[in-house]
Amino acid sequence: MKIVMAVIKPFKLEEVRDALTTIGVHGLTVTEVKGYGRQKGHTEIYRGAEYAVSFLPKIKIEVAVAADQVDKTVEAISAAAKTGQIGDGKIFVISLEHAVRIRTGEADSAAL
Amino acid sequence: MTFKRPSGAGVAALAVGLFAATTAYAGPTVNKGDNAWMMTSTVLVLLMTIPGLALFYGGLVRSKNMLSVLMQILYTVCVAMIIWAIYGYSVTFTGGSAYIGGFSKAFMAGITPDTTAATFSADANISELVYFCFQMTFAAITPSLIVGAFAERTKFAAVALFVPLWITLIYFPMAHMVWYWAGPDAIVGAAKAVAAAAPDAKAAAQARLDDVMADAGRIFQWGALDFAGGTVVHINAGIAGFVGCLIIGKRTGYGRELMAPHSLTMTMIGAALLWVGWFGFNVGSNLEANGTAGLAMVNTFLATAAAALAWLCAEWLTRGHPSLLGAVSGAVAGLVAVTPAAGYCGPMGALVLGLVAGIVCLFFCTAVKNTFGYDDSLDVFGVHCIGGILGALGTGILVNPALGGTGVMDYVAGTVGDYDLITQMLAQSKAVLTTLILSGIGSAILYKIVDVIVGLRVSVEVEREGLDLTEHTERAYNM
Repeated sequence: MKIVMAVIKPFKLEEVRDALTTIGVHGLTVTEVKGYGRQKGHTEIYRGAEYAVSFLPKIKIEVAVAADQVDKTVEAISAAAKTGQIGDGKIFVISLEHAVRIRTGEADSAAL
Repeated sequence: MTFKRPSGAGVAALAVGLFAATTAYAGPTVNKGDNAWMMTSTVLVLLMTIPGLALFYGGLVRSKNMLSVLMQILYTVCVAMIIWAIYGYSVTFTGGSAYIGGFSKAFMAGITPDTTAATFSADANISELVYFCFQMTFAAITPSLIVGAFAERTKFAAVALFVPLWITLIYFPMAHMVWYWAGPDAIVGAAKAVAAAAPDAKAAAQARLDDVMADAGRIFQWGALDFAGGTVVHINAGIAGFVGCLIIGKRTGYGRELMAPHSLTMTMIGAALLWVGWFGFNVGSNLEANGTAGLAMVNTFLATAAAALAWLCAEWLTRGHPSLLGAVSGAVAGLVAVTPAAGYCGPMGALVLGLVAGIVCLFFCTAVKNTFGYDDSLDVFGVHCIGGILGALGTGILVNPALGGTGVMDYVAGTVGDYDLITQMLAQSKAVLTTLILSGIGSAILYKIVDVIVGLRVSVEVEREGLDLTEHTERAYNM
């Protein structure tokens, strides 16, 4: 089992959710986050006062999938979240040791 | 609601009523139309302050200081009203000296539903209670403007002490000097007495007229024009705020950390409410619902729109982007600039005044502020003091009938007096300088006194945490 964690542009969330649903991924955790990568920040100007805003608002999504689902999931996210512009985000794949569904007590792949 | 045609009997009763009123004439009468407009204007000026100014300012600070700004303005409005009733109205609008009135109307003594206040026309009075309330809202909004200059770092206790001191020692004398006069009924009556006096009584009647003319504030006697409060309200508050931000010092992290407005949506709502309320402020300052009120109304539309567009376009040309904050700041600058001119300049004069105010105030809020590095948090100086000075000086030029202005009424002669640019500009300049000096130095002394008694500034830790949680133990947004 793996956790696929992706940081994407906020307005791409709906497309990513649709893409994941299409390939059969039915659970998703979403967090509003801030950060920067190569895009760095941008400049905001208020009555002539310039501020360099280095942390941009992004969406972090986390999906737990079976190992054989990982490639499909990564492909679906990258296709849906891509604009080709700087700042599209990143995808990280992390090993997942154990999972439990709280309501039934099912474990690991049965819990996903 | 249905509209009924008056019945024959009703018309007859009305005619009898009118006849009775004219035959029983004894002194100035209250015009119900004017009275109704002045009650409306009064609540419109309250709308300018809460919620207008409160939201305009509140949106511009960081979310951790939102409540502190709302609280300071709500407090200021309430305390100013109480002081106004106890002695403010009396020391502002009774005779005594040319600098400050007396205590004859303290605790509202002698102000009843039957007493009247003068307007700008003889024999068209309004209820004194309505006039009391209208002027009270001015005493409430003026100190509220100041708090924007030192927002986000000043102790509530300091504001709580500063405001009563400031309105007592700076605002009331200023308002008395600019706006107190005997009124048209007294002047016209005394002038008629001079005309009708027998040759041997001429000198005595003339002396009485001179006394009536001298029963006015110092700046009023200079002939300085201030229709709705360019000097009394805007320059007065603007320079007090400027001195305050210098004495209190910059916000921690100013120029290095992000201090972006937390909600420009609220700033837009506040600015729009200010504009709506400003019709009470400017048009109400005419004290009568007549043609000049219409002039003040159109000027309050045109100068504001022109200044918003001027600021927006200047920003677009110089920085490449038009900003909403720029446009609303321009609108407020236009409102400030047209305030002293509202009932004196023509519509095209107001338009030009607005264009100039939009550009000059932008220059002061950006280039000048950045060059000198003072932290006037919400640009009280750049918008209110500078806009007020432009308006006060602009009024002296634009009142000229040759430029579409109204000229200045000479109540003794009963006509519009001759206009002289030099004389008028000297009077306007003296009024501006007097305001800058009185409020600038007076406020500096008051800040020092407050600093000694309660301390002006919160600690750096409190500033970091935000004034809402530390000073008021609550936060604006629990989300």
